[in-house]
Amino acid sequence: MTTDHSLLVEELTLGYKDRDVIDSLDLAVPPGRITAIVGANACGKSTLLRSMSRLLAPRAGRVLLDGEEVHRMQPKAVARTLGLLPQSPVAPEGITVSDLVGRGRHPHQRMLARWSRQDDEAVAEALEATQTVELADRPVDELSGGQRQRVWIAMALAQRTDLLLLDEPTTFLDVSHQVEVLDLLTDLNASRGTTIVLVLHDLNLAARYADHLIALADGRLHAAGPPERVLTPETVRSVFGMESQIITDPTSGKPLMLPIGRHHRAVPAG
Amino acid sequence: MSISTVETVARGRVRRARRRHLVIGALAALIVAGFAVTLMVGQTFYPPGDVARVVLGQDVPGASFTVGRLRLPRAVLAITAGMCFGLAGVTFQTMLRNPLASPDIIGISAGASAAATFAIVVLSLDGAGVSVFAIAAGLGVALVIYALSYKGGVSGTRLILIGIGVAAMLDSITSYILDRAATWDFQEAMRWLTGSLNGASWNATLPVVVALAVLAPMLLGLSGNLSALQLGDDTASALGVRVDRTRLLAVVGAVGLIAFATAAAGPIAFVAFLSGPIAARLVGSDGSLLVPSALVGALLVLVADFCGQFLFGTRFPVGVVTGVLGAPYLVYLIIRSNRVGGSL
Repeated sequence: MTTDHSLLVEELTLGYKDRDVIDSLDLAVPPGRITAIVGANACGKSTLLRSMSRLLAPRAGRVLLDGEEVHRMQPKAVARTLGLLPQSPVAPEGITVSDLVGRGRHPHQRMLARWSRQDDEAVAEALEATQTVELADRPVDELSGGQRQRVWIAMALAQRTDLLLLDEPTTFLDVSHQVEVLDLLTDLNASRGTTIVLVLHDLNLAARYADHLIALADGRLHAAGPPERVLTPETVRSVFGMESQIITDPTSGKPLMLPIGRHHRAVPAG
Repeated sequence: MSISTVETVARGRVRRARRRHLVIGALAALIVAGFAVTLMVGQTFYPPGDVARVVLGQDVPGASFTVGRLRLPRAVLAITAGMCFGLAGVTFQTMLRNPLASPDIIGISAGASAAATFAIVVLSLDGAGVSVFAIAAGLGVALVIYALSYKGGVSGTRLILIGIGVAAMLDSITSYILDRAATWDFQEAMRWLTGSLNGASWNATLPVVVALAVLAPMLLGLSGNLSALQLGDDTASALGVRVDRTRLLAVVGAVGLIAFATAAAGPIAFVAFLSGPIAARLVGSDGSLLVPSALVGALLVLVADFCGQFLFGTRFPVGVVTGVLGAPYLVYLIIRSNRVGGSL
C-alpha cells in the first residue's frame, strides 16, 4: 500500500447553527504516521474529524485529500481512500461479526454486483488483523466491549483505505482494552503504512502512541508536532486550564503528564 | 492473510446466502400454492384444469366469471398489496432502525384513511376518487411528518414520535367524520377502513401492480445503501452513502407503495408492521430484508383473506384477521423495546 496520500485542512471553519466550533484552522496530517487530536471536551475534536471525512460541510475553508476538495468528491471515491470509525456506530440486532465486517466493503461494490473473491479476502484480512477470526460467526450483541470495538475496527479495515480516522476508539473500554486497541492501530500503521488519525481523551495514551499530536483549544490550533514538543505544562494549562507536571515515561521515553490539582503541590522530580 | 481464513469467511457467507435463498424459495412456493388454492376453492370448487384455462384466457362457463372476474383480481390484489405493505414497512424499519417505524404506526396509513373517509362520507366519492384522495393524503402526511421532524437531519426516534402524534390526530379526524356519517356511508367507510379485498376488481388492482413494478425495483436498488444506514448515519456516510438522498428516495418509494396499496385495499392492519420482523426471524439479520419481507407481506394478506372468508362462520374482512395477529405483537414489541431498546 502507498503512504503518499495527503490530507490537508485549510482555513477551515466549522459550526452548528449559530455557533462556530472550529475557527479558521490550518493543519496537515503527516502521511504514514499516527496523529492524535487532543483537547478539552467540546473543543471541536470530533467535529474536525467529521469534517475531514466529508460528514460535515465546512462554513469556510476546505479539506483537501490528495489535492482534491473532499466535499466535492464522489462519496464512494472518498470512502475508498479514507475510512472513518464514528464514535457510536450501531450494530443491527443479531448481525454476525463477518456480516458486519463485510459491510465495510460497501464503497467497493456496485449497486447490484455480486460479492467477489476480493471482498472475501478483504474481510478475512481485516478479521486476522484484529484477531477476530474465531468470532466470525458470533452475533455482535454477544461480544464484550473490547471485542466489539475490534470488530468495528475490522469493519473499517475491510474498507481497505490508506487513511483511517477514528473518533475516540477507546471510550467505554477499560484500560487493558484501550491499550489493546491502540496496539492494534500501531500494528496496522507499522505493517501497512496506514495513516491513522484519532481523537483521544487520554493525553498520556495519545503521547505514548502518536507520532504527531494536535492540541486544540477553543476551536483553534494550539500546538502541533511530536509529543515531546507539544505536551508541555504550558499546553496542558491552555488546553485544559490545569496545572501539571510532565515527566518522562520510564517505559516509552515519551512525555507523561501528571495533573497537580488543588490539594497537592508539585515537588521537583528526583 | 491465510487462505483458510478466506475459506472460512466465504463458507459462512455461502451458508447464510443458502438459508436466505431457501427461505425466499419456500415463501415463493407457498404464495404460488396459496394463489392456486384461492382460485380453486370457494362457494363452488373448480378443478385446477378449469382454473388454468381461465387464467390462460379461455372461456369456461361459470368459472370464467367466478374465477376470472372475482377470485383472480382478488388474489392478485392480495399478493401485490401484501408485497407493497411488506416492502414499504421494512424500508421504513430498516432506514429508521426501529421496528416501530412502520408506516401504519407513524401516521401515513392514518392519513390515507382520514382522507378516504372524508372522500366517502363528505364528498360521496367512490372507487378512483377515493384512491386519489388516499394517495395524495398519504404522500402529504409523510411530507409533513418528515418536515416536522427535520432538525439538521432526520432522527429516527423524533420521526416516530411525531408520526405517532400525527396518527392520533388523524384518527380523531376520521372518528369525527364517521360520527357525522349517514348509515350507508358509515358502512362503506368502515369497510374501507378495516382493509378489505371484497371490492377487488381489475380496475382497483391494476394501479397497485403498476406502482409495485415501478417502485419495488427502485427500493431494491437502494438496498445496499439501506444496509449501510443500519449502522448509523455517520457510519453510512463514511462508507460513501449519500444519507439524505437515500432517505428521501426510500421515503418516496415506500410511501408510494403504501398509498397505492391502501387506496385499493384499505389500510390492512399491521401487515407493513409485521412483515419485516417475521422476515428477520426467518432469514436472520444478515443481508437485506426487502425481498423476504415483500414475500411475507404477500403471504400474510393472501392467507388472512382466505381465512377471513372461509374459516369462520361469517365472512371477516382481511384487516380483522391481520389485526388479530398484529396487535399482540405490537404490545410485545413495546414491552421489549422498553427493556432493550431494540432494532429490527
